[in-house]
Amino acid sequence: MRNAIPVLVLGRLSSSLVTLFLVSLVIFAITSMLPGDTAQLILGQFATPDQVAALRTELGLDQPALLRYWHWLSGFMTGNLGMSASNGVSVTQLMSDRLPNSLLLAAITTAISVPLALIMGITAAMRRGGAVDRVLNLVTLSMVAVPEFLVATLAVLLFAVKLDWLPALSYVSTVESFGDFMKIYAMPVLTLCCVLIAQMARMTRAALIDQLDSAYVEMARLKGVPPMRRVLRHALPNAVGPIANAVALSLSYLLGGVIIVETIFNYPGIASLMVDAVSNRDLALVQACAMLFCSAYLVLVMMADLCAILSNPRLRNR
Amino acid sequence: MTHDTKTDNLLISPEQSIQVYRAMQRGMSRRNALKMLGAAGLFAASATSLPGISKAWAADTAGQNAPKRGGRIRVAAHSSSTMESLDPSKGATAIDYVRAYTFYNGLTQFDEGLVAQPCLAEAFESTDNGGHWIFTLRRGVTFHNGKALTPQDVIYSIMRHKDPAIGSKVMSMVEQIESVKALDEQRVEFTLSSPNIELPSILAVSHLVIVPDGTTDFSKGIGTGPFKCDEFTPGVRSVAVRNENYWREGRPYLDAIELVGISDESARVNALFSGDVQMINNVSGSAADRVSKTAGRAVKATNSGNYTDLVIRVDQQPGSRPEFVEAMKYLFNREQILKVALRGYGEIANDQPIAPGTPYYFDGLPQRPYDPERAASLLKKAGVAGARVPLVVSPAANYSEEMGQLLQQSAAQAGLTLNLNRVPGDGYWSNHWMKHPLGFGNINPRPTANILLSQFFASNAPWNESGWKNDKFDQLLVASRSEPDQSKRKQMYADMQTMIHEQSGIGIPVFLSDIDGYDTRVGGMDRTVPLGSFMAYMFPEYVWWNA
Repeated sequence: MRNAIPVLVLGRLSSSLVTLFLVSLVIFAITSMLPGDTAQLILGQFATPDQVAALRTELGLDQPALLRYWHWLSGFMTGNLGMSASNGVSVTQLMSDRLPNSLLLAAITTAISVPLALIMGITAAMRRGGAVDRVLNLVTLSMVAVPEFLVATLAVLLFAVKLDWLPALSYVSTVESFGDFMKIYAMPVLTLCCVLIAQMARMTRAALIDQLDSAYVEMARLKGVPPMRRVLRHALPNAVGPIANAVALSLSYLLGGVIIVETIFNYPGIASLMVDAVSNRDLALVQACAMLFCSAYLVLVMMADLCAILSNPRLRNR
Repeated sequence: MTHDTKTDNLLISPEQSIQVYRAMQRGMSRRNALKMLGAAGLFAASATSLPGISKAWAADTAGQNAPKRGGRIRVAAHSSSTMESLDPSKGATAIDYVRAYTFYNGLTQFDEGLVAQPCLAEAFESTDNGGHWIFTLRRGVTFHNGKALTPQDVIYSIMRHKDPAIGSKVMSMVEQIESVKALDEQRVEFTLSSPNIELPSILAVSHLVIVPDGTTDFSKGIGTGPFKCDEFTPGVRSVAVRNENYWREGRPYLDAIELVGISDESARVNALFSGDVQMINNVSGSAADRVSKTAGRAVKATNSGNYTDLVIRVDQQPGSRPEFVEAMKYLFNREQILKVALRGYGEIANDQPIAPGTPYYFDGLPQRPYDPERAASLLKKAGVAGARVPLVVSPAANYSEEMGQLLQQSAAQAGLTLNLNRVPGDGYWSNHWMKHPLGFGNINPRPTANILLSQFFASNAPWNESGWKNDKFDQLLVASRSEPDQSKRKQMYADMQTMIHEQSGIGIPVFLSDIDGYDTRVGGMDRTVPLGSFMAYMFPEYVWWNA
């Protein structure tokens, strides 16, 4: 069957649409159940009931929930993400200001963390039980164990406050040269890499060891295949599936999960936009962010599965 | 009655107020500092009659640092969200108020004694004790887009707040303004539904700054203010560049100000340490000690009259028993609250909402002490000795968790068990505030004493926190708005504060200071307007950069 892959992709995409629809329903329901609404939050602590009522009418919050959902859904279908209720700017505009920042941070982190994690994981698997493995194990375990806000805060105290090498805040707008660029991204990327590398390296090591223990690798060893070739040519292709999945899961975190890094370095990314949206009960914006995170996740997982299939001749030629 | 000279309307003149703040900076308590003022009446009088004295002193304390032109600083405020807007009517937090005074001007503005002084209006007067007001606009003022300031702009800027669809935060304040009309090319007349002697102070708030007639898109920040808006991204930053055509000669000093929000406190303080920002607000007491011990950094604490108060609903049990209310007020260990919860960055209060150092503060009330025994006997009288009462605290009401804990300990000594009920800050104001028999509120400074009392203590006020009703108080409140005689008016405010102190269900243990941190190369930081952080948000045109 030559067309297995297009069929799989189409099937995945259509089930993704169903997932997105369900997610949007859940998000809408939860946001509606939160105490307080946009009108109350805009007017703040000292709002009178009349003012709140007037603003509710203005924002269309007095309509029944189902009708509001329908308005949002029909807009979303036609590519209209709506207006942010809290400041009257279009959601597309708000997202397009922030999304490039988030994507850039994610891209740099990926470019650094994925190769590093793979090298660490493969080295640890090859030297299983040896000194290198134990050191790498200790390093990755402690990286997993230390929360990122601690890493970030310590990094700021050391590199920005004490040594004065790097800026404490990451302002994308102040980038003028490549040096600036490095300085600004150094600490956020370092913090994120700490978390991601550890997870991915450990998964790589586990997946690879699983293969190295199998009979065909034993056979290759008996035939006299050198260790490097044994790992890279024989074992690794069979471990790509689980490794790709681990990488995809880690990377999906880079879009929506970096709120702590965004907060500490004051980096204007998309995660803090969503947190703002939730605390302002800004439904259109919450929905748009949720849809974005959800689709990114689905696409990454699908790509991981495709990697697994393409790397495996048995699955590929079935 | 004209208001365009400095001294005719003051109970405590700006100069005197400066003396008090200076004395306090030298370590004196405000109470003592005010006593010093009273004792050294001669000195105070001479300061008022020779306005040059305090100015010379101010220049001296700033060292050889005369204002310097040029430079760019970055300032970080404590909150930032995509809700930000350059529409002044939407102003919600410090960052919005600062932007309002950066890009716009009001008809009037507050001075250091919290008295309204001319700004875009070069003079103002009331023709009939506060019912009608005539404001004369300054000539030759232009907006950033070149348009000249006209009465139409004033009419539009004020009247738009009355439209409920705008969602203005100060709608309740402008309700009393019946109409605004142009008398000629330069003068506008305000007609009020009932007289209010303090209209000029109301018009000085950041929400009521003047925008060009017909503005609906505020993204460009077109105003008459000291800076023009170069860039504005809600929740990220704004860049303000000097308005070369600013009507105030020689101002502003800085070339540009970048304003950002950093909501995480330790990130904000670290940014100040690393030199990424030159001024921050909302520094906690513990961080303030760290900042003030660092070379090249300093803190500035402003008592702006902000308070976190115990709200005892007098229309519910057990607050409906007056002895219970009185007992709770005796259970505040105010010194401990100031020392432990606020780390000393505050000022002892006396269950009266008007802060010392503001025009109508009444200093004749004896300080209510911490007295658990007296509280115990009052509780017995109220018939609630040994009772268990829930007390609602929340991070939304600043320091209420700490205050609640301290109150719980003192109450235990008087035989009263308070069960602390912690609720999340999210949604606190709409779901919990004023809805429990015993809870906490947090009241931000109001521009005038009358606004504060009208909004929070009048019987029919929407935020009458404790549900306290008193006809005599209401009559005094209304009468004070149109009382032209300064000393009579002061007496009225004294009576009202006494009533609140004795009868209302509001306990105010301490006033909270607003603490700013700044790089000492920022000049001009000794100006203090007791209404909030960042020089009551007006710092942009008063500071300079020494580098």
